[in-house]
Amino acid sequence: MPNEEMDFDFLKERARTIRRHVIDMTCAAGSGHPGGSLSATEILCTLYFHVMKHDPEAPQWKKRDRFVLSKGHVAPGLYAVLAESGYFPVEELRTLRELGSRLQGHPSYGKLPGIEMSTGSLGQGISIANGMALAAKLDSSDHRIYCLCGDGELQSGQNWEAAMLAAHYKLDNITVFVDRNKLQIMGDTEDVLSIEPLADKWTAFGWNVLEIDGHDFAAIIKACEDAKRFRGRPTVVIANTVKGRGVSFMENNADFHGKCCNPEQKEKAMCELEECL
Amino acid sequence: MKNVAQRAYFGKALADLGGKDAEIVVLDADLGSSTKTSDFAKSYPERFFQCGIAEQNMIGTAAGLAVSGKKVFASTFAVFATGRCWDQIRQSVAYPDLNVKIVATHCGISVGGDGASHQALEDVSLMRSLPNMTVICPADANEAYKATMAMAEHDGPCYMRMGRADFPVITGEEDVFIIGKATVLKKGKDVTLVGSGQMVSVCLEAAEMLKEDGVSAEVINMSTVKPLDADTLLESADRTRCVVTAEEHSIIGGLGSAVAECLSENDNQPLSRVGVRDSFGESGEPEELMIKYGLTKEDIVFAARKVIDRKRKKKGFLWRK
Repeated sequence: MPNEEMDFDFLKERARTIRRHVIDMTCAAGSGHPGGSLSATEILCTLYFHVMKHDPEAPQWKKRDRFVLSKGHVAPGLYAVLAESGYFPVEELRTLRELGSRLQGHPSYGKLPGIEMSTGSLGQGISIANGMALAAKLDSSDHRIYCLCGDGELQSGQNWEAAMLAAHYKLDNITVFVDRNKLQIMGDTEDVLSIEPLADKWTAFGWNVLEIDGHDFAAIIKACEDAKRFRGRPTVVIANTVKGRGVSFMENNADFHGKCCNPEQKEKAMCELEECL
Repeated sequence: MKNVAQRAYFGKALADLGGKDAEIVVLDADLGSSTKTSDFAKSYPERFFQCGIAEQNMIGTAAGLAVSGKKVFASTFAVFATGRCWDQIRQSVAYPDLNVKIVATHCGISVGGDGASHQALEDVSLMRSLPNMTVICPADANEAYKATMAMAEHDGPCYMRMGRADFPVITGEEDVFIIGKATVLKKGKDVTLVGSGQMVSVCLEAAEMLKEDGVSAEVINMSTVKPLDADTLLESADRTRCVVTAEEHSIIGGLGSAVAECLSENDNQPLSRVGVRDSFGESGEPEELMIKYGLTKEDIVFAARKVIDRKRKKKGFLWRK
């Protein structure tokens, strides 16, 4: 079905559920990173509920598409889509950050089904995707590797080492999403350490570059389809987003990068998420 | 005794493994002609990936391959293999407990002319402190070959370090190498000399010198530094009542530290450590450097005499002849 004719009500409803989980679980934990989870919600929902081939009943299925969360602090968002996909009970989300929980503060490989790699130390995800993509090529498997990066983490040099290798080996089975919400802990990425001109950088490194509205389901789906068709080069999708998206007082507010809502804020946030989108 | 470079046998082992196991993949950071991964590259170019001078990405790429079911060997010089990408090893290899084998050559001061920037004296310390990591320092070329084979069979992260120079071959081709198992190369009763890497052969030479003075030294090849073979160490230390360690590494964090930790949590026999004493190296001929930095058989003999004195001064020591 052409995208423009698609009915996005299902994905919209999912996104609202995911955002509510993110607020709820970070509040239950008393800490965590809601801001980036909210900016990446549409990307995560589109990948897990529409684009990726994966089977929660068989998390180790060899031909599944892989997802690497380079920005590991978006664990609440990832856990929410995994639970809603059926990898583990939704009730477990509230154990986030608890002693003994499978839901570690940042994703930990081997603990929770659906987690493809331990992440959290920023700047390492694209390298992991490179290894997965090389393995897929060696095994002549047509599964794809998706990787979600933050924009701030692109300040780390390893990303650009990885970008060079992916282009050198023509890893066209990789799609990297950059959650371009423009904020990091200390403020605007362009004030902290500017990463622009971002598209030009990726182009210069030999990547196929797409730029979209990261909250637009049709645009995300189309970017994934274009990336799949594109041969000989990896694709990066610069997804322009709003940090804290969906909750008025969290939007474009760097304070909520690594801080959860207080009880009043939680109530307000949940109310807004009932009505929004 | 024949002198052979360990890395030559590592290269041969990798090439042999390539033919036996299609899941073996090798990564290089522009040093394959020195580390000898080039042997594998020639035979199996489709499973050899040149990563360029970018070690952090090489380790991440290795992790991505390993998590997809490949058995990955990533190789470069010891300085770059451990220090340059320690966080990548910690986060992406050790923490998720992946099947990545980091094999480093050019460890220690015997690198020679390149100087301190290229002489890894901290690598064992860096790797030993990581949970899930196995650390192997083969005593000679034969062990380098067997350890490479053993690592391919071992499920989990490993670090192996080798020197640049040709070292004496002291183990036989038929000798068995098991990860985590030390071997007693020479029985003795007055002092235990525990060596790793090329210092094992220096321990054997020191034992000969001590013998001329009427001192009977036991020599242990502790080629796996982690997990340390505490049984073999303590059984020996229990009999000889004093221990000397010898390693081409800083005395901080390597074999000497591992043995000290083990002894002090047990009967606490006197220990003396031979190693680089908290300093960087410098340029020079390997032999000159080994003398200047206290890594000769004479240094081991001196340490043995000192530690034997200490045990005799210990309360309750009984002369046993």
